[in-house]
Amino acid sequence: MLVDQIKEYLESSRSADFESIEIVRGDLIGRVKVDKLVELCRYLKNDRDLEFNFLSMITAVDYLRTRAKRFEVVYSLFSIIHHHRITLKLAVNETEQVPSLTPLWDSANCQEREVFDMFGVVFSGHPNLKRILMDDDWVGYPQRKDFPLTYETPEFSHNRDKIDLANRTPREGEN
Amino acid sequence: MSAKVMTLNVGPQHPATHGVLRVQIDLDGETILRAEPIIGYLHTGIEKNMEAKTYTQAITMTDRMDYLAPMSNNLVYVLAVEKLMGVEVPLKAQYIRVLLTELTRINSHLVWLGTHATDIGAMTMLLYCFREREKILQIYEFVSGVRMMSSYFRIGGLAMDVPGGFDKRVKEILDTFPSRFDEYEGLLTENKIWKNRTIGIGKISAVEAIKSGLSGPLLRASGVNWDIRKSNPYSSYDKFEFDVPLGQNGDTYDRYKCRVAELRQSLRIVGQALEGMPEGNYITTDRKIAPPPKEEVLKNMEQLIHHFKYWSEGIKPPVGDAYVSIESPKGEIGCYVVSDGSPKPYRVHFRPPSFINISALDKLVKGHMISDLIAIIGTTDIVLGEIDR
Repeated sequence: MLVDQIKEYLESSRSADFESIEIVRGDLIGRVKVDKLVELCRYLKNDRDLEFNFLSMITAVDYLRTRAKRFEVVYSLFSIIHHHRITLKLAVNETEQVPSLTPLWDSANCQEREVFDMFGVVFSGHPNLKRILMDDDWVGYPQRKDFPLTYETPEFSHNRDKIDLANRTPREGEN
Repeated sequence: MSAKVMTLNVGPQHPATHGVLRVQIDLDGETILRAEPIIGYLHTGIEKNMEAKTYTQAITMTDRMDYLAPMSNNLVYVLAVEKLMGVEVPLKAQYIRVLLTELTRINSHLVWLGTHATDIGAMTMLLYCFREREKILQIYEFVSGVRMMSSYFRIGGLAMDVPGGFDKRVKEILDTFPSRFDEYEGLLTENKIWKNRTIGIGKISAVEAIKSGLSGPLLRASGVNWDIRKSNPYSSYDKFEFDVPLGQNGDTYDRYKCRVAELRQSLRIVGQALEGMPEGNYITTDRKIAPPPKEEVLKNMEQLIHHFKYWSEGIKPPVGDAYVSIESPKGEIGCYVVSDGSPKPYRVHFRPPSFINISALDKLVKGHMISDLIAIIGTTDIVLGEIDR
């Protein structure tokens, strides 16, 4: 199916799950309601005409101070059979949890862990939600916009007295 | 199963883990019950760093992810920004991009073959593969001035035109490589030890492979015919003739055969790109995207303004986001770019194929011997720079 056909198809069959469906630069982009995500993905995966059987990517974007809901979780689903793609977007704030897609795709496991590690978005129902790239004792979420790029000045013998140690955010277990 | 389960760490400093990868395994005797890859030792925050660079500067960061396939990483990033801006890339630039990314595929596969074979005990392969790889690195140096971190692609085209004598050098590769590939296959394909070490090892079915998100040769060795160059052609790949090699059993031996067949297919594409190379510009003439040539800047007021704006401010894509994925040597590499209208990307995310492929390690090694773990890490063809970013 072509992109506009998929759009019509979804609008007629699953419009209750979407806040909006649009075509931007030839890509199909759907904004999904958080509580409908898993059910919708199961439908997209198993429907005979759509068969979005491959979870390509999960990531998130931090729209700090520009949007009412801070984070946008982005999913890209692909159909290896029909070669079409859909992007799903979820808007969540810091306290909301996102349902995990691990029951549907095993590849969601590591990618959701990465989003949790980098943004602090919590995925409910994830079997092993812990940090993946950063240290286990790391404090903070590096990809957030309020996490500065130069967080900590590396300490050397030549700059030890210049580093503002008093204003440094302490690690866990430090005082 | 005996009562005593031993937990063992392989890596992070071990030559057979291909970088700083640690694998925690539970063993019953020599049989692996569970394997968990522990990553992050090479995390350098490339995605975060890119947010502090202009769109053109950020290209240099992409080389450092999969350092065995720098041109593929450049390509996916520039394609994503080009999609965001709606740039038309000249045909000549597209052909050179195809030619170089296919050479990149050969480069990456050669390193994989050399190290994978060395892991299993065929020590000579490394020397042969690196001999051929050197020729490709010389071409990188010839066109961009750098052997590995080429950063040769630009938004809208290429950094500069290929120098004279480029075709002669590529022809040399086209002439010499097929017989070298025969040599590799003569050493390995029917080799009894090689077959014993690879057939039936790390088997994965097509259904499981799709569910685990595997892509590239790992998926195709299980018999799934999905190559992005064919299914969603980019950069005029639809103008080239090539086959997609498929496997049947999804084991380490089939993955080896797939990749070796891909080496030959890549040479086919390189030959076609060289033969059909069109005339034209190497970069777009849209002055909002590419800087004007120096002669024009010196003579023309308007071009001087473009020059000044380009170098002082940079490129400003419209507000929005775009996702592009291409077929890298390791699988589907994707790039998601978000723009807020400023000259720096608001967010860049890469879908690294190695990261998702290694997460299926547990499925691949379960029930195998500990020595097979090394063969399976080799066959997944991972690059830790890309996994950790």
